[in-house]
Amino acid sequence: MTDHQSTSNMAPKARRARALETALADKNLIPENYVEKITQIAEHKWDAKNGAMVVAEAWVDSEFRERLRTNATAACAELGFSGPQGEYIVALENTATLHNVIVCTLCSCTAWPVLGLPPDWYKSFEYRARVVRESRTVLREMGLDLPAEIEIRVWDTTAETRYMVLPCRPKGTEGWSKEALADLITQNVLIGVALPEV
Amino acid sequence: MDGIHDLGGVDGFGAIKVERNEPVFHEDWEPLGYALGFLGMGLNWWTADQIRHAIERMEPRHYLSASYYERYLTGVASLYVEKGTVSQQQLEDLAGGRYPLALPATPGAQARTQEISYAVGETVLVTNTHFKGHCRMPRYVRGKQGIITHIAPPFPFAGSAGHGLEAKLEPTYHVRFQAKDLWSDAEENSSVVVDLWQSYLEKAP
Repeated sequence: MTDHQSTSNMAPKARRARALETALADKNLIPENYVEKITQIAEHKWDAKNGAMVVAEAWVDSEFRERLRTNATAACAELGFSGPQGEYIVALENTATLHNVIVCTLCSCTAWPVLGLPPDWYKSFEYRARVVRESRTVLREMGLDLPAEIEIRVWDTTAETRYMVLPCRPKGTEGWSKEALADLITQNVLIGVALPEV
Repeated sequence: MDGIHDLGGVDGFGAIKVERNEPVFHEDWEPLGYALGFLGMGLNWWTADQIRHAIERMEPRHYLSASYYERYLTGVASLYVEKGTVSQQQLEDLAGGRYPLALPATPGAQARTQEISYAVGETVLVTNTHFKGHCRMPRYVRGKQGIITHIAPPFPFAGSAGHGLEAKLEPTYHVRFQAKDLWSDAEENSSVVVDLWQSYLEKAP
């Protein structure tokens, strides 16, 4: 059987990427350092550490927590986190009986300013296809085994709302500094496939 | 479109592989899709929805075999070719091989003119309609009933924005479905919330 024409004899993807860049540069369409600046922002400014600071703030300041619940976009902006793919942020509050988890089944939308660019597994067909239908099994496979009595609520990012999970504060962290609390919050915790571990 | 990208609930995929200490980019060409895509958005040549739709329009075999950043690059390259900035032949000459692009777009759609609004707590019906263009209503909720949990602010209707048409601003609704109502074999005590434009919703009978 021969390969379908769509995928046979393709130029390597790196060369395709450079070809587009070269073609646009030849037309003077790319401002100086444009690609470098975007790369820098993506690697450093959009960072799950930002979301971790939002969660830590909510854990220590009940008024901030309330603002985060009612207007997460503004609450995140208070801490300096806003920008593209963060135009309308909603914080999903876990409780003793509810666990939230985020996906984008249609592409890979994520709240960049607070979660950072998503990891490869979030963009995988496996996660996008499975988590809506078999969330408990997927979470268990990823190392999060939740009791049957906890409802799992999966949030499919299909329009412009961008989500972050607000996990329950772990026991044994009383009196911890915000920085120490923030260190418990990983990108996977903010997506909802892990819990903060003390 | 009921495209290859509309993956929610599709069977046959295996375990999710998590990479420890994953870098933001694995290869130095990977930021180019985003960067050159944003460049065109900054020139008002297209919207983020048009980039999403260009990715959805990739030939399905290519879509499934490509990495995320390759898909993004292909979508953005397709938009530059469709805009006339560069030709596919030029790209193939520069790349030294085949440079597959997205398949042509079909016409876009307008949001519903009739204003039908819904309240938090109301049960709604997801419209049982089919549309070959850009659509942010995953097929797994088509014709299903769910409960409104939240009303988000108005955003440009994706069916128009995905085609470069002037888009009506419409609120989107967070609609909660019991997973069992979507798939008979879904797991117990689980639900799915989908963010749906007003035009995708109808009053429940």
